[in-house]
Amino acid sequence: MVKITYINVDGAPRTVEAEVGSTVMETAIKNGVPGIEAECGGACACSTCHVYVDEAWREKTGEPAPMEEDMLDFAFDVRPNSRLSCQIKVSDALDGLVVTTPERQG
Amino acid sequence: MSEAIKTDVLIIGAGPIGLFAVFELGLLDMKAHLVDILDKPGGQCAELYPEKPIYDIPAVPYITGQGLVEALMAQIKPFGATFHLGEMVETIERIGDPLFRVTTDRDKTFEVKLLVIAAGGGSFQPKKPPIPGIDAYEGKSVFYAVRRMEDFRDKRIVIVGGGDSALDWTLNLAPIAKSLTLIHRRDAFRAAPDSVNKMRALVADGKIDFLLGQISALEGPDGKLTGATVKRDDGSTLALACDAMLPFFGLTMKLGPVANWGLALQDGELITVDTATFESSERGIFAVGDINTYPGKLKLILSGFHEVALMAQKAHRYVFPEKRLVFQYTTSSTSLQKKLGVG
Repeated sequence: MVKITYINVDGAPRTVEAEVGSTVMETAIKNGVPGIEAECGGACACSTCHVYVDEAWREKTGEPAPMEEDMLDFAFDVRPNSRLSCQIKVSDALDGLVVTTPERQG
Repeated sequence: MSEAIKTDVLIIGAGPIGLFAVFELGLLDMKAHLVDILDKPGGQCAELYPEKPIYDIPAVPYITGQGLVEALMAQIKPFGATFHLGEMVETIERIGDPLFRVTTDRDKTFEVKLLVIAAGGGSFQPKKPPIPGIDAYEGKSVFYAVRRMEDFRDKRIVIVGGGDSALDWTLNLAPIAKSLTLIHRRDAFRAAPDSVNKMRALVADGKIDFLLGQISALEGPDGKLTGATVKRDDGSTLALACDAMLPFFGLTMKLGPVANWGLALQDGELITVDTATFESSERGIFAVGDINTYPGKLKLILSGFHEVALMAQKAHRYVFPEKRLVFQYTTSSTSLQKKLGVG
């Protein structure tokens, strides 16, 4: 099991266990982590699972694909470390990943 | 007011469940019209995931969202339903038992015996940027759509976004604007390459401005915009004088006017229904698909299909109270096959 920490807009952290092969979005929804809506259910079609990846983890999570970049245009307060959490696949290399949820999803 | 369109059933929402409702109602001789806020049928399947696969439609191992919509459109063709697209139902008034007068935001009026709400997650509405105090400007100087281009003549316009809506309106409004600034968070655009080239040509000619950044604040008294603050990638800010702003951040689903129709709701957003008939708390108003709730509800397309079949049975009793309904299969019934145009 891999651990992922979600920090909400108030700075409160919540660490949950994630299954390898699932996504950071699915893990949040499964564990009732607030701040991620995932209106489209993970189709990379809505930008309501926007997260900021902790700087220390940016290299491991990688850069958004062109389609994801397009969807990020619909998100608000997009920063260089913005990602759609439905597009980050959980792997052993991401054990300890920290992401922050934005003030608003949509 | 225009003359009312009279029909048996008005279906609100032309997603997969609304479309299949046409089929089940049609088999039982009920005519339907559909209203949908999108400019095409298919709801979320067409708007959110047209290319994405769906694996849990019985007997269809794999189909895309758009493929499902097209297959349903072919399946309901024999019933000749009328579509009213790009329109939103605003008011519902009971004028009989059951008989309803329904109006849309395009001032269309319907007089229908029954209503079927198949509105899914609600209606698709423009996403509002979370800029503090933006509410006060909406409809006065911040707009999510252009209804009349003339309203923007000689204005200092700011357009935000990088998709087709943002680029199309940049190109259309540039000739009549006093000034126009396009703001986008990156120097890459989802919009059609041709529009992007035209926009870049206008920038090169000095006819419009393009700024990289995001809007962080608005200013101006009484909803009248006088300026906006643009936050750039490097953290610096820039003040921009403007009279009107058009943000284009795509669509999101909101319950919308459904909340005002006097129906019993759970958690203020789902319509509670009787699972034998899928009728809401109001006689003659049904709710099917993702918008309804009942014990054990699953938001699945296949559940919605089941719901409309049962709904049509109860609907038949309202529309043809004198007729006895004989249950029939399409496989063997010549009368059903005739309706489907295959008999």
